[in-house]
Amino acid sequence: MAVNYGSKRVVVGAHYGLRDWLAQRVTAVLMALFTFLVLGQLFVSKGPISYYTWSGIFAAQWMKVLTFTMILALLYHVWVGMRDIWMDYVKPVGLRLSLQVFSLVWLVSCAGWAIQVLWRL
Amino acid sequence: MTEIDPHAPVKRPEFRNINAFKDLPSYRLPSAGWVSILHRISGAVMFLLLPFVIWMFDTSVSSEISFMKFKSAFNVGLLGVPGVIWKLLALALIWAYLHHLIAGLRHLWMDARHAVSKEFGRSSALVTLTLGSVLTLVLALKLFGLY
Repeated sequence: MAVNYGSKRVVVGAHYGLRDWLAQRVTAVLMALFTFLVLGQLFVSKGPISYYTWSGIFAAQWMKVLTFTMILALLYHVWVGMRDIWMDYVKPVGLRLSLQVFSLVWLVSCAGWAIQVLWRL
Repeated sequence: MTEIDPHAPVKRPEFRNINAFKDLPSYRLPSAGWVSILHRISGAVMFLLLPFVIWMFDTSVSSEISFMKFKSAFNVGLLGVPGVIWKLLALALIWAYLHHLIAGLRHLWMDARHAVSKEFGRSSALVTLTLGSVLTLVLALKLFGLY
């Protein structure tokens, strides 16, 4: 954390750049691996993909908790990405804040829905 | 040694405060630039289509009846919208995901290997664009039942 007191205190910037940069990459790697995990399970299943093959993949408890983590990873990843887009292209502060709030509402709502679907499986 | 040559060709234009309508149509973006802007566009597309993604997840895993509904949306249609439109929407997601994934792996590779030369940027960008397009085409043919 940046020093926020005394003569060495950092007076500019929010200093979450590195944290978000790293989080963006860590969540990306996790989601890429998860993609290959789901595709792999589809490839080892035999015959056309039935309802039971497909839902069975997500019904296992270990897959459920892993998918839950992926939803959270997606949430963070997309938040960093969308915030970058708004910060780069939208200069009026009021409009930018509104779009950022919209992104958060959109993302948290979607995550809530996805988790609900996952947990009633 | 730099010498001032009175017959030197005209200096390339420098772009500052780019106007989207005046400057962008004539601006020749290098391949790495295309990968970069498409990385953003594909991310934004997936962000906007997120409810559609979760709707697909919901209907495809919830029950056998909803699974049928999921399939018929693409074959017959849903909410008065023909199946072909839903397939095109899914195809947009397929392209966005593939491009975003491959462009992201390119980023990770460059971060890990410090591969920041101009030539690597160009060649890896071309690989990204080609691979993303070819895989999208292959899956599009499958989606529309051509094989």
